[in-house]
Amino acid sequence: MVTFIVLGIGFGLLMQKHGFGPLWSLASGIIIYSGTVQFVSIALMSTGSVLMAGLTALMVSARHLFFSISMIGRYSTEGPRKWYLYYALCDETYAMLSKDDTPEGVNVSGYRLLVTLFDQLSWLFGCVLGGCVGTLLSFNSTGIDFAMVALFTTVFLQQWIDTKNHIPAITGLLATLVCRLIFGRDLFLIPAMIIIVITMTAMRRRIEAAEPVESAEPTHEPAGGDGDA
Amino acid sequence: MPDYTHALIILLVMGGCVILTRVLPVVIFGWSEQIPEFILYLGKVIPYTAMGLLIVYCFRDISILGGTHGVPELIAMAVVVASYLWKRNTIVSVVLGTAVYMVLLQMVFV
Repeated sequence: MVTFIVLGIGFGLLMQKHGFGPLWSLASGIIIYSGTVQFVSIALMSTGSVLMAGLTALMVSARHLFFSISMIGRYSTEGPRKWYLYYALCDETYAMLSKDDTPEGVNVSGYRLLVTLFDQLSWLFGCVLGGCVGTLLSFNSTGIDFAMVALFTTVFLQQWIDTKNHIPAITGLLATLVCRLIFGRDLFLIPAMIIIVITMTAMRRRIEAAEPVESAEPTHEPAGGDGDA
Repeated sequence: MPDYTHALIILLVMGGCVILTRVLPVVIFGWSEQIPEFILYLGKVIPYTAMGLLIVYCFRDISILGGTHGVPELIAMAVVVASYLWKRNTIVSVVLGTAVYMVLLQMVFV
């Protein structure tokens, strides 16, 4: 919860420094509601192409596929409110609700809704607060963008620690680096994505031999997650 | 002054794609057990490739040959990596790394 608010504040602050006030941060938290995607969106909102933005969002949030699929059984009795539960199923919420440890005597359905809602509200609170702080405080913000890459680096490290097979991580890093050198700063992202998907498809047998894809029910914590929204 | 219309379009597209990954699997596969193995495989491995892609993306403007030769970035990254391996705390590493980077840019490499 504290992580949510603090990262949210960082996001709001960064948005403010890029010319997007607290209301934009609030809109981003409602429309996107995913920490990593929201942080990348700041860079893409001013310069990125629509195609690049869409593909980046898909790549970063591909893991949600698993979260949602593994909740189908649990949420099948939730009625129309399940659509909110799926829309707002971020890493933290998934980690809490997939443990099935609803406190004794508590209505499961209400508990799910409250946890999901509380997570999103604390994230939105952080985003707006950061935006307001950014408006009030004037300081030399040169270099504050580093927060973005610092966040991605911590996620990268956590993923590295959580897995034995590092082929995907190395492929992502190397393919993008090589494409940046070949295609230049404006065009490298999409070729990099294509190469990554082709490489992962070609190496499927090797990667699955090392770490087989189980059923849609992940037994571990969301390791592919970004540790925040 | 940013182009707010373009920003809003980007926001909606990215939000749409995130919802796609969270809701579409349920719409498509919610009533059957048939989820293509290949989709599951990509859903599992692609997020592990995405962070490296994003890190390089953030550093897209750095030139080893010109400017500060990427030295401030290298130092700040070392701080992030070392502090994360030590404390395993996202907030600590992000705040520390960013503070070091801002000091380097504003006071050391001016």
